[in-house]
Amino acid sequence: MKIRLTLLPYLIWSAVFVIIPLMLVIIFAFSTPEGNFTFNNIILVGKYSYVFLKSIVLGLVSTIVCICVGYPMAYFISKIKAKYQNVVIMLLMIPMWTSFLLRTYSWMTILEYNGLINKFLSSVGISKINMINTPGAIVLGMVYNFLPYMILPIYTILAKTDEKVIEAAQDLGANNLKVFWKVIFPLSIPGVVSGFTMVFVPSVSTFIISKMLGGGSIFVIGDLIEMQFLGNTYNPYLGSAISLVLMLMIVICMGIMNQLDSEENANT
Amino acid sequence: MKNKIYFSVLIIAFFSINLCFATNNSINVYSWGEFISNGSDGNMNVNEEFTSLTGIKVNYKTFQNNEELYAKISSGGADYDVIIPSDYMVSKLISKGLLAKLNFDNIPNYSLISDEFKNLEFDPTNSYSVPYMWGLIGIFYNKKEVKVPESDITWDILWDSKYKDKILMFDNARDSFAISLLRLGYSINSKDKDCWRKAADELIKQKPLVQAYVMDQIFDKIGNEEAVLAPYYAGDAAVVLKNNSNIGFVIPKSGTNKFVDSMCIAKNSKRKAEAEKYINFMCSTPVALANVKQTGYSTPQREVYELLSDDIKNNKIFYPDDETLKNAQIFVNLPENINKFMDELWIEVKSGGKTGNSWLLVVILFVFVIMYLLVVLYKKRKTTEK
Amino acid sequence: MKFFRKIYMFLIFLFLYAPIFVLMVFSFNDSKSRATWHGFTFKWYHRLFENNDILSAFYSTMLIAAISSVIATILGTMAAVGIMKSKKWQRKMIMNITNLPMINPEIVTGVSLMLLFVFLYNHFGIFKPGIVTLIFAHTTFCLPYVILSVMPKLRQMDSHIYEAALDLGCNPTKSFFKVVLPQIMPGIVTGLIMSFTMSIDDFVISYFTGGTTQTLPIAVYSMTRKMVSPEINALSTILFLVVFVLLIVINLRREKDKNSSIYSEY
Repeated sequence: MKIRLTLLPYLIWSAVFVIIPLMLVIIFAFSTPEGNFTFNNIILVGKYSYVFLKSIVLGLVSTIVCICVGYPMAYFISKIKAKYQNVVIMLLMIPMWTSFLLRTYSWMTILEYNGLINKFLSSVGISKINMINTPGAIVLGMVYNFLPYMILPIYTILAKTDEKVIEAAQDLGANNLKVFWKVIFPLSIPGVVSGFTMVFVPSVSTFIISKMLGGGSIFVIGDLIEMQFLGNTYNPYLGSAISLVLMLMIVICMGIMNQLDSEENANT
Repeated sequence: MKNKIYFSVLIIAFFSINLCFATNNSINVYSWGEFISNGSDGNMNVNEEFTSLTGIKVNYKTFQNNEELYAKISSGGADYDVIIPSDYMVSKLISKGLLAKLNFDNIPNYSLISDEFKNLEFDPTNSYSVPYMWGLIGIFYNKKEVKVPESDITWDILWDSKYKDKILMFDNARDSFAISLLRLGYSINSKDKDCWRKAADELIKQKPLVQAYVMDQIFDKIGNEEAVLAPYYAGDAAVVLKNNSNIGFVIPKSGTNKFVDSMCIAKNSKRKAEAEKYINFMCSTPVALANVKQTGYSTPQREVYELLSDDIKNNKIFYPDDETLKNAQIFVNLPENINKFMDELWIEVKSGGKTGNSWLLVVILFVFVIMYLLVVLYKKRKTTEK
Repeated sequence: MKFFRKIYMFLIFLFLYAPIFVLMVFSFNDSKSRATWHGFTFKWYHRLFENNDILSAFYSTMLIAAISSVIATILGTMAAVGIMKSKKWQRKMIMNITNLPMINPEIVTGVSLMLLFVFLYNHFGIFKPGIVTLIFAHTTFCLPYVILSVMPKLRQMDSHIYEAALDLGCNPTKSFFKVVLPQIMPGIVTGLIMSFTMSIDDFVISYFTGGTTQTLPIAVYSMTRKMVSPEINALSTILFLVVFVLLIVINLRREKDKNSSIYSEY
């Protein structure tokens, strides 16, 4: 009985602040302002399917960019002297301690038409490029904000990889490239998978980055939800329905990732 | 026994937290950004002045647009005392019963308001609101790039493909639609869905030309010459014009939107007397003068107007000629169905006219599920192979 | 190859630090402009300490972070101990609930809590959105991180020591505080630090649950919609330097105690 007692506050807490709120989202998604049951909200969500599509594409692109950029970084970190690894990882995490809003805002200064990059370009005689308020700027903002979440899990796996496995492969005559593709990469897939979810979920649901770097002209799911709760149109019923669909998508996505993850584990 | 102690500790902890934060002698004011004299540049710090005069603290928070204010007020998620919504939002809040009737005995300075700003359409009996500032919507243009005589600038210029990616628009359905409606020659309070549909189609056509949909950032972006053309409120324009001589501001004679922002008290305010004191204070001539001077908006108070410098009094941006004023329209609250329709159209505009249909969403979800099943199947096959 | 590796890492760090660098440089700029340099000044640092809005936002941010991280650490540690002792299926179920707020997009957590607080306020008059709701919301999203950083330490612990203490006549409470707690302390501290930093930086959830209260991120957000005052740059420069120095000190002290960086503990 004693032991349970320490769990109880947490269980109550979770019930009140995690389970009930999610229930409320579901209830709101299926009710009218008068409190009657309806499917209308869910059907209305369908009208915004392009917004969903666009968010998913943007999220996927930035996740893939994160993998492509983050994987080599994680690999290189795992290859430097163990003594320095902690320092590098620490350096990687320090930016996360500065307000992410300000960092994103800072990108605005850098990318703007009269911003720092364009100032530099025009000073060396190259014509200015339009960078801000494009999908590219949004992807950059997402990659910038979520890259550490990709690097860290991959690094953790790579750092744990047994040197002996690699040596064994080398002894058996595999060249470096082959060792990487046949041994190291398959071993690190769980890291990539958890990095994928850690980047994809926030990218798909962000609304700040699209607002700041997209100039409000690229409309994503986060904007849509924010608009229903605190923005132009106060309609928590539709907002809940959109949140519910978003949650559903992410749950399925997590399911896929879990399957991939456990498969790789089973194989190795 | 132990259980009981345990719970009572939890409960006490909970209530003591609640008690700690019950604030007393202060009012919450919710207003637009940069809409008050805040003590910078040697002006009066109005809120501090009020506190030193009455001992009532002012929690001054700002909102970005009327809809944000409405969302916060109607969700009950906030306890503002004094709020400063615009015309149409005043009538919307009145119709939803979210405003408290003012006791004008506590606001003697109301008599200082000019008669043409009393009993306006949005509050016909003038029992809920006290006008604070007014102004017109005009167009910012950068003289370096827009080589058109000022008199030729109309709303059409915001649709001119010559300025692609150099145009800013309001990130707010009502204001953006007003511009589109005015351009088409309709009433900005039209009750005809067709007018709104046409206005939306025009906005969708305009979207590829628009660099960004922003509100207050227009200020910054025009000043830094990030963009060349943008609609904006006349009041803030003055500051930009002062800081950058390349920028011009013009109010289309053919018709524009006149806004009147008024001070109101939220229905659930628990400090109504203090809030009325604040409103009265804001209407006193020196305070109103300081506010007008710092914000640059136009004043509804005759006495304050007389005290302004001649440059401002004669400036067509702030106190325009009768023709412009005659063609200017004030927003009123739209019927519920038009409001909903406008919101839907606005999302359509923002997503470039393509919003898709339910089937696409079903397909997207279906693709996800299929991917999931494929992975499961693949896994199963692999394990059986082994 | 080694050269290429260095260049690559340098470029990534450049990418990560460039905006922060820009931010810091412009905190010394003698004008409100974000992109043009007008000369060196310290005036924004002076103004920062006179700006009541920013200071009060900073104060409430710190208050919320302190209270909610302490509550989260206490509840989370208790829960972790409880989870370790419970049956396997129970453990699995509880861990699923624990993971929920981490999997859920922040915006969904935010709106769901907003619905709850607004509902409670409208129907029962409790949980008026403000500092109190922010504390509850922040505690909620910090809890999983505490649990996940304490659990591994509990798992590593030799359970025989605890039993030995019991055998030697300690009562369970005493043996928990004397034996178990010191062993899992590093995990608890990590959880506390993580909760604190996450609470300071949280924007999305506070945005939906904060009512009229302004925390630092919310104040920054309302500024970014118009023009960020360089005073904020000054504040974040100070915060950044404080964190930087703190982390270096912590890391130097831990050099002796190998393989335990802040990250490797969770």
